[in-house]
Amino acid sequence: MLYALCFLLFMTGLYCAVVKKNMVKIVIGILVMEYAVNLFLIMLGYRTNGIAPIVGRSDLEAGEISELFISSTVDPLPQALVLTAIVISLGSLALMISICIRTYEKYGTFDITQIRRLKG
Amino acid sequence: MKGMTIIVKTISSWVKVLIFLFGIYIILFGHLTPGGGFAGGVILASSYVLVMLAFGKEFVEENLPSSIASKLDCAGAFLFAMIAILGLVFGGTFFVNFIYQKYLPGEALNLISAGTIPLSNIAIGLKVGASLFLVIFTLSTFRPKEKE
Amino acid sequence: MAMFYGLMIFMLIAAIIAVETKNLLSSVICIGAIGFGASLMFLFLRAPDIAITQIVVEVLGLIILIRATIARDLTFISGDREFFNTVVSVVIVLVILITGMHIFEQLPAFGSPVFAETAGAASQTYISQGLKQTGAANIVASVILDYRAYDTLGEATVLFTSIIGATVILRDKSKKLLEVEN
Repeated sequence: MLYALCFLLFMTGLYCAVVKKNMVKIVIGILVMEYAVNLFLIMLGYRTNGIAPIVGRSDLEAGEISELFISSTVDPLPQALVLTAIVISLGSLALMISICIRTYEKYGTFDITQIRRLKG
Repeated sequence: MKGMTIIVKTISSWVKVLIFLFGIYIILFGHLTPGGGFAGGVILASSYVLVMLAFGKEFVEENLPSSIASKLDCAGAFLFAMIAILGLVFGGTFFVNFIYQKYLPGEALNLISAGTIPLSNIAIGLKVGASLFLVIFTLSTFRPKEKE
Repeated sequence: MAMFYGLMIFMLIAAIIAVETKNLLSSVICIGAIGFGASLMFLFLRAPDIAITQIVVEVLGLIILIRATIARDLTFISGDREFFNTVVSVVIVLVILITGMHIFEQLPAFGSPVFAETAGAASQTYISQGLKQTGAANIVASVILDYRAYDTLGEATVLFTSIIGATVILRDKSKKLLEVEN
């Protein structure tokens, strides 16, 4: 059921990116889609009553990782993938906003239907 | 863009040092506690963004000009690539953790352990911090040409 | 479990407000609320690295978005798009939503991850051998910088390229014009 709510968040972002005609609203729709995807990937790796994947001094017995730690930690692989995805979304947001600012300076509006009709 | 009132300027000149120190702590201890290079780099950039919002653009231009920021960005990326190539030279495989496996294992859960992982964290933190400061500075100083 | 449902409902309400309101500044504030809710959700899903990164990235993203919207005087868009385009788009989104709901029954239940059931999954090696083979106590750091360092190299390249692109787009005068003037 939680997966379904996350998918609904993704669909809200997709609706905003497809239907709206203000350029900043389209950027906001893409941003909501990125949040939903990152959330879904982390939810896939969750173990009920698990612990974070960081080894402390109490998890080591005689230099080896204890069995309790191995059997109760959450999945570290989706966390590694999502960590880089969050920083990349910031870089692509900067690029999209710089395109919007340039277009506003040239055409005077954020409306994409007006930009299609003006030429040159 | 002019700065803000005198209260904001006083408080932010104390707080910016704490934010910078916290960013360095998150980068250096990235292999022992949560954090790592990416989060620490973004925190470093945000300390300079705080100074830019409170004091105005001209103040930041004297302390960290955008040409030096872009050179730091390139230096961080070059350092990261150098660590990868040194893995090929010393270890035999591209990007292998040669310091941990051959020279200096260190003890687990100490600050000096895990080989090239703290060095990679420092390179990535430098690169991400300089890039994000550069892009926010460029977005703020963009002055459109006036069409008379 | 109730905390997860509460946070997801909060994020959904904020997303619906961000999509439907006509004022751009309130959409940006709702994006900030979604990001904050996502960071709390990451903390409860036992991912502290991701929670730290998400909250600082979201603060910088809000600064970038507000910079783009607050200096422009056109914050209210009036009028509608053509009716036929809107109806077709909404129908397609609804079709994807309904067919997508069936696929979630195939996934494993929430709370039992895939790697705990399959025997030879990669995460088993990362957890049990991570400290011995790399020496790092933070297993996520050892995954992104030792076991899967190529992905980090690719990410650094993508970030570098997008920042160069943003700086080039916002340049005042090109080099040729500067040479012609001198």
